[in-house]
Amino acid sequence: MSGGTALVVTGPNGVGKSSLLRTLAGLVSLMEGTLRLEGGETDLTPFEHTHYFGHQDAVKPALSVQENLAFWRDFSAPATPESFAAGTIRPLEALDLLGIGHTARLPAAYLSAGQKRRLSLARLLVTPRPIWLMDEPTSALDTKSEATLLGLMNSHLAHGGMIVTATHTPLALTPMQKLHLDTAPSEPEETA
Amino acid sequence: MNGWVSALFLRELRLAVRVGGSGVVGVLFFLAVVTVIPFGVGPDLNLLARIGPAILWIGALLATLLGLDRLFQADRDDGALDLILMSGRSMELVVLVKCLAHWMATGLPLVLAAPVFAIFLNLDPVAIGAVTLTLLVGTPALTLIGAIGASLTVTLRRGGLLMAVLVIPLAIPVLIFGVSSADAAIHDPVPFLTPFLILCALSLIAAVIGPFASATALRFASD
Repeated sequence: MSGGTALVVTGPNGVGKSSLLRTLAGLVSLMEGTLRLEGGETDLTPFEHTHYFGHQDAVKPALSVQENLAFWRDFSAPATPESFAAGTIRPLEALDLLGIGHTARLPAAYLSAGQKRRLSLARLLVTPRPIWLMDEPTSALDTKSEATLLGLMNSHLAHGGMIVTATHTPLALTPMQKLHLDTAPSEPEETA
Repeated sequence: MNGWVSALFLRELRLAVRVGGSGVVGVLFFLAVVTVIPFGVGPDLNLLARIGPAILWIGALLATLLGLDRLFQADRDDGALDLILMSGRSMELVVLVKCLAHWMATGLPLVLAAPVFAIFLNLDPVAIGAVTLTLLVGTPALTLIGAIGASLTVTLRRGGLLMAVLVIPLAIPVLIFGVSSADAAIHDPVPFLTPFLILCALSLIAAVIGPFASATALRFASD
């Protein structure tokens, strides 16, 4: 896979799409093979170049929306290798962009599922990292936020970022490669 | 480097103090344990004064265990643990910071409540001071040892009881030296400093072994 492209992983339930993403994120150790990132910052591991946007939102209900986001911004270090040119967005701007700016001071417990999802998405914007691993990114989102998400994903690609996403809904990403997983004996090996 | 440590510390402290946090509940549980003992052993004031330090220590141990099971499980349930693991931050330091924040929110209130509860048990002022001091030095060790149990049981739904069973044997040395140094302060011939310094050493050892063991366990838990 090269920079600036998206890989869309499709396939039936339980075929290993999520496992593939978790492996790429370094959360599941490799049985065999290696994972290499070319042109990254040398003192960071591939996983530190990566945002994992999974099924769980990592949102703490007891903290306010802004506190949730500010924590992830301060906690995760940005990774900006030369080939990747995205700028940093401040937390409040990111929330406005995703249409939940008015909830910034509310405890996250009051958010709906879709709003929590968007808050979790804002995490990807406040810390620039070139690789986005997105597991079912459109789940719980309405059509308008889905369009916003597509715009964000495309602009991420335009900046030289890389996206690997597992999805059931067709996503209009350009440029895009497809990987269809089926109940085959072995999974194809990924080198990103 | 220091930015993320303070961000994590503040987050943990906020979570522990706000709704669903275990700080106040721990103190109430401590109070419950301390008040129920005199009903069991009878109102003999001399007896209570003699076993008072031990009661306070056992109460503090149980109250510490009460809040520890959520130390990592809350983060695992909402996916935050995955993000913390892949962030590339030193997991040992993450555990240490989380333990420190947890102790500030749950352990320190126990230490502050101990002098008040000690009056219920007819302890004299010297004994109250000694017990409070030993609790101040010893409760961090309980939290750090408990973190090992909490990270080992992080994948289990009802891991709280198993965690207590795992942690209590490991906490026995802390209990022994905590109570013996408090007793040493009351009974003259025994020097106070010897068991107290061993207690300090136990806390320092726990501050090294706890984060390492617990970080290793958490890495395996993500598979």
